[in-house]
Amino acid sequence: MAQEDADELEGERNNVRDDGRRPPRAVVGSHRIEEEMFGRAFDQNVIRRIWAFARPYKAKLFISVSALLIFTGTQLLIPLIIRYAIDHGMAPGGIDHSYLLAAAGAFLLAILVNFAAGYTQETVVGKTAENVLFDIRRAMFARLQRVSLSFMDKTEVGRLMSRLQGDVNSMHEFLENSLYSVGDIALLFGIVFVMLWLDFRLGLVTLSVLPILFIVRIFWLPRARDAFMAAHETNSVANGALAEAIHGVRTVQSMERQQVNFILYDDKAHANLRTHLIAAKYAQVMVPIVDGLTGLAMAVVIVVGGSMIMNGRIDVGVLVAYLFYIQRFFDPIRSLTLQYSIMQRAMASGKRLTDVLDVKIDVQDKPDARALSPEMDGSVEFRNVTFGYNPNHPVLKNVSFRVHPGETVALVGPTGSGKSSAMALVHRFYDVQQGQVLVGGHDVRDLTQESLGRQVAMVLQEPFLFTGTVFDNIRYHKTEATRDKVIEAAKAVGAHDFIMSLADGYEAQLGERGGNLSLGQRQLISFARALVADAKILVLDEATANIDSYTEMLIQKALIKLLEGRTGLVIAHRLATVRGADRIIVLQNGQVIETGNHDQLMAAGGLYSKLYNLNYASFDDIPEEELDASAQADSQT
Amino acid sequence: MHRKRNSVWNTPVSSDAIGSATKPLNSFTHVEAAGWGRGLSTLLRITRMNLRHPWQVAFAIGSTLVAVILQLLIPKLLGQAVDQTQTAIRGGVTGAAAEQALWISALLLLAVSALRGLVTMMQNYFAEAVGHHVAYELRLACYEKIQRLSFSFHDHVHSGDLITIGLLDLEGVRMYFSTALVRALLLTMLIGIGAYMLISTDPVLGLVALSFVPFVAWRSSVTQLRLRATWLDLQERVSVLSRVMEENLGGIRVVRAFAAQAYEMLKFDRASKSALDLAHDRVDIYVPNTSAMTLSFFFAMGLVLWIGGNKIIAGEISVGTLATFLTFMTILQMPVRQIGLMVNAFARASTCGSRLFGLLDQDITIRDAPDARPLEISEGTLRFDNVSFAYPSTETRPIVKNINFEARRGETIAIVGPPGSGKSTMAHLIPRFYDVIEGAITLDGQDIRKVTLATLRKAVAVVQQDAFLFTTTIENNIAYGDPWAKEQRIERASESAQLHNYILGLPAGYETVVGERGVSLSGGQRQRLTIARTMMLRPSVVVFDDSTAAIDAATEQRIRAAMRRFAKERVTIIIAHRLSSLMHADQILFVDNGEIVERGTHEELLAKRGRYKALYDLQMRSE
Repeated sequence: MAQEDADELEGERNNVRDDGRRPPRAVVGSHRIEEEMFGRAFDQNVIRRIWAFARPYKAKLFISVSALLIFTGTQLLIPLIIRYAIDHGMAPGGIDHSYLLAAAGAFLLAILVNFAAGYTQETVVGKTAENVLFDIRRAMFARLQRVSLSFMDKTEVGRLMSRLQGDVNSMHEFLENSLYSVGDIALLFGIVFVMLWLDFRLGLVTLSVLPILFIVRIFWLPRARDAFMAAHETNSVANGALAEAIHGVRTVQSMERQQVNFILYDDKAHANLRTHLIAAKYAQVMVPIVDGLTGLAMAVVIVVGGSMIMNGRIDVGVLVAYLFYIQRFFDPIRSLTLQYSIMQRAMASGKRLTDVLDVKIDVQDKPDARALSPEMDGSVEFRNVTFGYNPNHPVLKNVSFRVHPGETVALVGPTGSGKSSAMALVHRFYDVQQGQVLVGGHDVRDLTQESLGRQVAMVLQEPFLFTGTVFDNIRYHKTEATRDKVIEAAKAVGAHDFIMSLADGYEAQLGERGGNLSLGQRQLISFARALVADAKILVLDEATANIDSYTEMLIQKALIKLLEGRTGLVIAHRLATVRGADRIIVLQNGQVIETGNHDQLMAAGGLYSKLYNLNYASFDDIPEEELDASAQADSQT
Repeated sequence: MHRKRNSVWNTPVSSDAIGSATKPLNSFTHVEAAGWGRGLSTLLRITRMNLRHPWQVAFAIGSTLVAVILQLLIPKLLGQAVDQTQTAIRGGVTGAAAEQALWISALLLLAVSALRGLVTMMQNYFAEAVGHHVAYELRLACYEKIQRLSFSFHDHVHSGDLITIGLLDLEGVRMYFSTALVRALLLTMLIGIGAYMLISTDPVLGLVALSFVPFVAWRSSVTQLRLRATWLDLQERVSVLSRVMEENLGGIRVVRAFAAQAYEMLKFDRASKSALDLAHDRVDIYVPNTSAMTLSFFFAMGLVLWIGGNKIIAGEISVGTLATFLTFMTILQMPVRQIGLMVNAFARASTCGSRLFGLLDQDITIRDAPDARPLEISEGTLRFDNVSFAYPSTETRPIVKNINFEARRGETIAIVGPPGSGKSTMAHLIPRFYDVIEGAITLDGQDIRKVTLATLRKAVAVVQQDAFLFTTTIENNIAYGDPWAKEQRIERASESAQLHNYILGLPAGYETVVGERGVSLSGGQRQRLTIARTMMLRPSVVVFDDSTAAIDAATEQRIRAAMRRFAKERVTIIIAHRLSSLMHADQILFVDNGEIVERGTHEELLAKRGRYKALYDLQMRSE
């Protein structure tokens, strides 16, 4: 059977399908949707933005460009000194060594200057480029700390990471090469000038091979670039397939997909081999062209220059100097044509960078924003709040309610009723379209976000932990919190025992996002974190996933502890939590439809009592059909 | 049959292509400590792999030799041409004869240069081709090895380390032939023959011209090795920075909820500064050394000019000879600087190779017995006979102890117990993700260790807790275990798993790409997809390993109802926390500390008033 499968797959690979069956529904290594790799070679806006980051280093840039030009100058000078030495200091049988001595002295001076300039230039360019890069990354990261959450919700983390890493790094190449291009241009013009100055006719004849290389490169470049891109692409596909095999190995083995995957992977790996061999051909084909042209230039110099020497028109030193220049003059052409591709790539990356730098910041402190005092009463009030992520589709419609200091209010309602949005507004993650949200009697828009955040602690449905120790996670940004305080909090929420059972206790390192802990344990740590934050108001989104009964019990106890002496706004999923609340607010379709405690609501016989009587363990368990039926029945009454 | 398939499909990676010394588990993560002997044997093994492409190796080496000779001819010819002009000026030959001699030199120079370019192209191309072919073979071998290595291996080895081996270490081995071996040959020949030519022409001037070689060779080797060491450190610091950014962005709601932006910027700055500092240090390692190398080269050139000049004045050598020396020096400069790269390439290939071969030599602990036969299912009865198990890392502490039970076709067995009691481990023993250490698991009387893995795993399906989605269409994900399935079957499976309607609501329906780079599914949707995926397999035994935790009770009810017919034809094992998921089972096993402490039906266990009853009461109360 497996043999058949393999045969069939093999047949598919060769596009031979005699039995008429469909190809397998199988791929390894998805084809990544690559972003635009190349932009326009010159984008004024991008250049302006990048220049803004380079401006603080103006002095350093000036130093490096000067050093670069001096460096290039000495490179041009050295063959000239050799020429002088040969023509003036080396007459056979001569007794006067002063010319040779002068030449040697000049040579020594030139190479010392060359050393100093080279050293300065490379150090300053290398370090400044890194600095600019890190500055750009920091500016982007800082921006992302302040942009609206709706932007963050829409944008995958992976995409932002590739902005912060890949795109920033591709600027590195651009920054360094742009400076070196200045040197390349100087060198190219310098060589042309010196050769023509030494002897105009010989220079002209020799330089006539230069345009040939230039033209060849222009034809070669786009094709070679395609070949390199293809190699790059197949490589990332093959690597992606390997990574997938590693991450999904348990599924692969339990589904016995090894055979099929191996054959599919062979395809990818083979394509990778093929494209790399083609790319290698393109890369290498320039070698004989450049060598041939160098040989041609040298041959021209020897024939033309040689006869000029015999005619006494030039000295032999000129010929030697020419031979030196010829060996150098293809280099700048090579790097300058490469610079074109680098520019295109940098502009594409730069465009994406500036997009991040320009993301709008919706929620901002007012210029006269006040700090929320820790002595405020801890009340939360919604006054006629209307809000929608898209203003045309409000998720909350004219919602008003007040949570009194110290009270615990449970928000219940079906999915999409606006519970989570209401919670986000207390923290001013978003700004309302109409009405007001008041915390401690102040409109949240009149307060600084920083002080608001300190007084409103939040526990999210999905506990998010950071890499680091348990201690660091519980303490989080409250760096002033002592060890005792952290342990006290952990004990209060019942997390102490399992923390102590970890190998290093509070110093135990958590894996990526707390991966080595169970969901329930992560939940408890996030509770402890909220407790340490010690805010007047606690906003909590209860977890929906099923956890084992024992941990569940701990969590229920911890919740009571957490809400002690605080104003609590809880999105409740479990009936136990709902029943424990002082007051219940039932939301449906963005509107408050019922308010009261459990008994009152049961007596009222509205949506709440209907849902409750369906006898599900949690409101989330209620199937949509039943929900719809109850809601309809409710709206008819 | 399994053997035969192996021989057909694994030809590109037959074991002798890779070498096959077996090493104990996990040895490859401790490579840095390996000594010279191991490093050398690694290099020899890579060399042997290179030699398996004899023609390409021969072309690469042959063209390297020719290229060196041609390269060395160029300074000679240039010097000769310079001398020809000098002879003509001094009236040694007639104008016409001198012209002719110059023409010959020029044409020779052109021919030699062009030819050198051609052979250099061949040298580079074939050297790279050898590397790419070896990389291709190693890629396949890695992939296959990783796919086949047992769960216990993957439990211990970080997936990031495996990716590093498959990506970076493989690259290091690939580059070995062109940047280490061929370059070593090139440099030895070029410097050796060149030195001989220069010294035999003029010993003093020759030695002076070559004086920069030892210094540059030394400095460039030291520089490259230091850069390499700091590179590893830099990677580490950059990955810390990445992690800080990634966690911040992933947990942005937590950051905002705690108003911790300032704190997060501080974290970022610390990580960023540490990476930036090292990047600066690397500039400080690199620049002084390369500048010193250039200076030493120019200094030697200055000496050649001074001494050579004096010798010309003294009439000992001609201007052409001086030109030969100077040209030779410029030709030699780049290759000598590359000595450092070459040394680095050897070092890199040695460590990368050790790690890579460490992986490839891993013993696959769970494999077919030599006389394994295909599994034959008749009754479809699963038995645990006195089964005990311990993980290799904690061998002293058994996770599963003396388990006995039997399940016939159509029966449902539920396993329940506190976290860490060994429930999942028991389930993982059935498809031989791990091997029992005592007792036996049998299917229709056949010990699962005596049947082929492929047939066993087709017969036993486990619906995992943490479902892995592959980055491809939903359809492909559901048909993962049966890529030739008909569309109707896929739809039926997804209907049973209560997923069909959701899928139809997606923009591209069954063609919607999910997974890491596609549409993200919620935990419950992922679990439903995994259930559908498993239903496609038609297994004889199906295990639900806490695989409905994120699915709400009502949907779970409907899935169970839809699967009733499915369950009739096989043994079903359910592991769950939620008692409502397993109350209906034919037999419930309450497991604690790896042992069955209670067994029976729901009613029987309630009547027993034991652990199960206690758990039941706890759950009823909290809800």
